[in-house]
Amino acid sequence: MLNFIQGLGHSGLSFFQRLGRAHILLAHIVAGVPGMLLRWPLVIQQMYYVGVLSVLIILVSGFFVGMVLGLQGYNILVDFGAEETLGVMVSLSLVRELGPVVAALLFAGRAGSALTAEIGLMKATEQLSAMEMMAIDPIRRVLSPRFLAGFISMPLLAAIFSAVGIMGGDFVGVGLLGVDEGAYWSQMQASVDLYDDILNGVIKSIVFGVVVTWIAVFEGYDAIPTSEGVSRATTRTVVHSSLAILGLDFILTAIMF
Amino acid sequence: MTDTSTPLVEIRNLSFARGNRMIFDGIDMDIQRGKVTAIMGPSGTGKTTLLRLIGGQIKPLSGTIKVDGVEVTDLSRSALFQLRKRMGMLFQNGALLTDMSVYDNIAFPIREHTQLSEKMIRTLVTMKLQVVGLRGARNLMPSELSGGMARRVAMARAIALDPMMMMYDEPFTGQDPISLGVLVRLIRELNDVLGLSSIVVSHDIEEASSIADTIYLLSGGKVVAHGSAQALRDSGSEWAKQFMNGLPDGPVPFHYPAMDYAEDLLSVGSK
Repeated sequence: MLNFIQGLGHSGLSFFQRLGRAHILLAHIVAGVPGMLLRWPLVIQQMYYVGVLSVLIILVSGFFVGMVLGLQGYNILVDFGAEETLGVMVSLSLVRELGPVVAALLFAGRAGSALTAEIGLMKATEQLSAMEMMAIDPIRRVLSPRFLAGFISMPLLAAIFSAVGIMGGDFVGVGLLGVDEGAYWSQMQASVDLYDDILNGVIKSIVFGVVVTWIAVFEGYDAIPTSEGVSRATTRTVVHSSLAILGLDFILTAIMF
Repeated sequence: MTDTSTPLVEIRNLSFARGNRMIFDGIDMDIQRGKVTAIMGPSGTGKTTLLRLIGGQIKPLSGTIKVDGVEVTDLSRSALFQLRKRMGMLFQNGALLTDMSVYDNIAFPIREHTQLSEKMIRTLVTMKLQVVGLRGARNLMPSELSGGMARRVAMARAIALDPMMMMYDEPFTGQDPISLGVLVRLIRELNDVLGLSSIVVSHDIEEASSIADTIYLLSGGKVVAHGSAQALRDSGSEWAKQFMNGLPDGPVPFHYPAMDYAEDLLSVGSK
């Protein structure tokens, strides 16, 4: 019993220690961001790795999610004779929820895990130590540009996801199931609000982008510098990011909508 | 200017512990200017830790470390970075940045710390590569290099900013005889030609004693002997004798501490 309580206290303490380290690291990273604004090539290079290389998976997934929404939405709406509003249903689901959330989950799996593994391996092979000995701050040189790249890429990826999803819904709803094309697009235009829907979705994706990239670079930087340590850190990145995305999504939805 | 007659690195009464284990217990050490100093000892005696302490990457429990008259342990981060620009360090496996070519690796510290034109950087990098004999390898990626070549590239990178001292962490480990010879020669030549002071951490007796002016032997957190290679071989210290001659038994016992052998065997039989 005593051991159980001791173990509980120990894991609680180590949890808060990690949380503390993560926040200190975030402060260092953010302090390095202004310097990165003067060194765009570094950020653009990272945006290519975390953003551009994620576009394909975002495009394919977005299209499939949109097609499923079109199919399911049509089957439900047609019972009420309201299949004309399919465009509204598809677009609102995507812009408000699925776009930011699913894109962020994919981003965590595709880019977050890669960031953690890369930084963890740089630590394991002493590249970060070598930078320190060359009087170069690895947090500013390695972590800040990656963080900034994630912060910028995530909302763009979520926007691409939503846009492609709406086209997927159009492909199934209008193309295959015969919903009126004019109704699909015009009802969408009339119901989707720039501020209430789109902007709030963008805010969500910005928050997810910050959180996922933060978790990814922290896990990499904090990884135990062995093969096993890096593999565990990569797993933690995906698990923690996914949980954080879903939890924060609920909180943000409750506040904004 | 600091006084050039004083040692470049002065370590006094240095203690360092990892958890409950004492790594260093009050060691004193002087690294002379212009000389190659070897720090030797069995694996796990904290030789690499000592380099990290000198570079200010970790803080000691107590004691002082002065590099070129400056107390490393008291420095602010920015002052420490200023000092590190004058130190070169070669990590065990080179620690090259794997996403950059050989050329970019060597240009990296120059680009980060200076505003020189690309033309100037190219000239500098070419000169450094020529010194280590790898001018022809400038476009290769680190993954295409052999272990010895990677270390030579890392050496070129470490001297990119013309430091006052070089620290080598186990430079001879796992090298074939040819690259070993190259590395030994390079360490000595760089030291003499560039007017550096070098610290070589190693447990390869032959190589280290062939280039070192002074050797410090570490064991059990203490400096057990120091002096020239010859002096250590001739010394009366049992420990130095065992280490320098690579004897399997001596002050460092062959057997890990255990109960009496006969008793141990009998206790198995009685069960």
